[in-house]
Amino acid sequence: MDLNKKFTPETWPDHPEKATLEAKNKFVGFWLFLGGETILFATLFATYLALKNKGPSGFKFSTQELFELPLVFVMTLLLLTSSLTSVYAMYHLKNYNFKKMQLWLAITAFLGLGFLALEVYEFVHYIHLGFTYDNSAFSSAFYTLVGTHGFHVAIGLVWITLLIFRNSKRGLNLYNAPKYYTFSLYWHFIDVVWVFIFTVVYLMGVIG
Amino acid sequence: MSSVAQKRGFGATLWDWLTTVDHKKIGILYLLGGGFFFVVGGIEAMIIRVQLLTPNNDLVSAGIFNQIITMHGTTMIFLAAMPILIGFMNAIMPLQIGARDVAFPFLNSLGFWMFFFGGVFLNISWFFGQVPDAGWTSYASLAMASEGHGVDFYAIGLQIAGGGTLLGGINFLVTIINMRAPGMTYMRMPLFTWTTFVASAMILFAFPPLTVGLFLLTFERMFGANFFDPTMGGNTIIWEHIFWIFGHPEVYILILPAFGIFSEIFSIFSRKRLFGYSAMVFATVLIGFLGFMVWAHHMFTVGLGPTANAIFSVATMAIAIPTGVKIFNWLLTIWGGSIKVTTPMLWALAFIPTFVMGGVTGVMLGTAPLDYQLHDTYFVVAHFHYVIVGGTVFGIIAGTHLYWPKMFGTMLNEALGKVTFWFFFIGFHLTFLIQHWLGFWGMPRRVFTYMDGQGWNSANVISSVGALFMAIGITIMVYNIIVTSIKNVRVANDPWGDGRTLEWAIESPPVFYNFAQTPLVRGLDTVYIEKMEGNLSGITPAEPVQDIHMPNGSFIPFMLSLGLFIAGFGAMFRTEEPWGMAVLIIGLVWTFAAMAMRSLKDDLGFYVKKEDILKDMKRKGGQK
Repeated sequence: MDLNKKFTPETWPDHPEKATLEAKNKFVGFWLFLGGETILFATLFATYLALKNKGPSGFKFSTQELFELPLVFVMTLLLLTSSLTSVYAMYHLKNYNFKKMQLWLAITAFLGLGFLALEVYEFVHYIHLGFTYDNSAFSSAFYTLVGTHGFHVAIGLVWITLLIFRNSKRGLNLYNAPKYYTFSLYWHFIDVVWVFIFTVVYLMGVIG
Repeated sequence: MSSVAQKRGFGATLWDWLTTVDHKKIGILYLLGGGFFFVVGGIEAMIIRVQLLTPNNDLVSAGIFNQIITMHGTTMIFLAAMPILIGFMNAIMPLQIGARDVAFPFLNSLGFWMFFFGGVFLNISWFFGQVPDAGWTSYASLAMASEGHGVDFYAIGLQIAGGGTLLGGINFLVTIINMRAPGMTYMRMPLFTWTTFVASAMILFAFPPLTVGLFLLTFERMFGANFFDPTMGGNTIIWEHIFWIFGHPEVYILILPAFGIFSEIFSIFSRKRLFGYSAMVFATVLIGFLGFMVWAHHMFTVGLGPTANAIFSVATMAIAIPTGVKIFNWLLTIWGGSIKVTTPMLWALAFIPTFVMGGVTGVMLGTAPLDYQLHDTYFVVAHFHYVIVGGTVFGIIAGTHLYWPKMFGTMLNEALGKVTFWFFFIGFHLTFLIQHWLGFWGMPRRVFTYMDGQGWNSANVISSVGALFMAIGITIMVYNIIVTSIKNVRVANDPWGDGRTLEWAIESPPVFYNFAQTPLVRGLDTVYIEKMEGNLSGITPAEPVQDIHMPNGSFIPFMLSLGLFIAGFGAMFRTEEPWGMAVLIIGLVWTFAAMAMRSLKDDLGFYVKKEDILKDMKRKGGQK
């Protein structure tokens, strides 16, 4: 099959993300990769829970006094909304509406960028309080868990930016449709991880 | 593009191998890379045995001994055994399921080059004189106290190589899920494909914890993190949990593909269908599952408490059940068969008693109270060499002899193969059987020397002599490989004469697109079925001859891995050398540029034209 073939909305397949063997492979392979990523984050969560609030003698930081839910709430809103906008993008992908898809993906990227900016602000704020990376086991585990998630967000932003630009002249075809689709899977995954971070790190930190 | 062989210059050949995405060539690269590191690890083993030959020996100092045992274990596990097995998976598995390539040829190449550069990174530590010395398990309390960059070489080298392995695992899973030929249902897959499938799934779930563990270790040593430092609120046991959550599945990742190779061998050379095929599949899956449930049996003496120890003790013993199922099925495959004792069969026959011995000592060690006595003694060393050498290495050597003609188109010499076997087999038992008693007599593992008059002297001499026998065996095998490669007598599709699965129905080595026509699979051992029904080609095609889509070669995997390799050095010398930070940035930019190049350019592959395929088919006079 010619992967660069031009389509119309009528001839565009129902499932462009798995219309070719390469696409099917990418689809299954990426789901499996996310399975591995789940284990990766599970390990980081376990490490965090084991080291939560632990520090040298006279350690003064704890989750209760450190975290502020309003900021984290705004971050959560931004990221959850970006997941929704990526769903809109996938809706337009399936309807072969390239421009609208690109637009929604750009909105997704901006929301993600907002999230990342707030996370950087949050980290800088903690560091000003003296809660530095090498300050205690708790701080190391916290920054590593939340930072790994933030790093995933940053990778996702670079990824989608590259995709938007590389395809701006090409338009939609069966070669790049799976690329968009795997990005959206990745973005949802990051979102799910954040839901767990929000619950386990922040909510359980402040309330528990 | 035609596959007709042409004479090419050295440069063109080298370029072809550096850019190849052909699973058969990548399989050969893995075999060569793994074989090289196997020899390196073997030399380290010999130095260990020479050092322990006599009491109070001073061939190497205590510090260098620590470095040698660490590198011996790390090299053999990560850089020899796994890559060689992955090499066989690459070379054989796609042929067994009737596929023309793996699902992600580009990632396949990337996986190889990441393994290769990771392995080189790890071993370059010898030239810096700062070698990992905290054991292959690199327990945090030892690793934190290790001076110099040794442990950093370990953490970064394994990180790069481990990433490559993870890519390989995902690749094989998707290949088996999506690319089986028509009629190749899951329950018709050859056992080697099944074990590849389960081992790949285990790689997918076992390697991420290693990734995290190595990152934590790196951060702790380089950026002042405090995961493992009790004075800063850390906990050194976290490393042990993370490492063994990876490490125990890892040993099943090593043994399962070897089980698969042996299953093929028993069936081929007993000239019988594998006994209890579905039970074998079930046992494989069960071992894969239970492999994740037993990691704490490495930590019985840590003090997790009697409840935890009891649970992990029972889970450990439970693994003996599916393993026993496999042993009995192999025995019953041989039973009543028309047996040909070829070199691969000889290894397979020797594997059964050897591996059972390793399994029995495994159950002994799995008994928590007894483990308190045996922990950190030579009994443990004897146990894991019985399973890893007696299982995995026997499997690797058997597989090398079995699949050599398929991969290279020429047979290894059978007589020399048997000489190799007897030297290695006798040497192996000489080396490691006595070590059980050394353990009972109280000799701790990982000591660089021992005092005279403790009754350990003659046992250590026997052990060292055995190691020499093994070295002779391997040397003969290398000689065998060189001699037969020079003679290069070409062989037909099925040089063993009793092949039952698809790889034996195509020429040796196969053309780069493997199957001119995708085969139709009509049952388990499909080639055997076809031959019994009078179809001598062994294949019923599922499609007419038509254009075949194949992937393009690429140099990007090599460059990308090289970028990571460079970045690794930068990360290590970032603070103490003026060039450190610059090298780190160059390496990362290099890596990212390679990734961006891959992303920005469309790579659509190419078509092999129908006429060329017909020409190839006519030339070899094969299937019509």
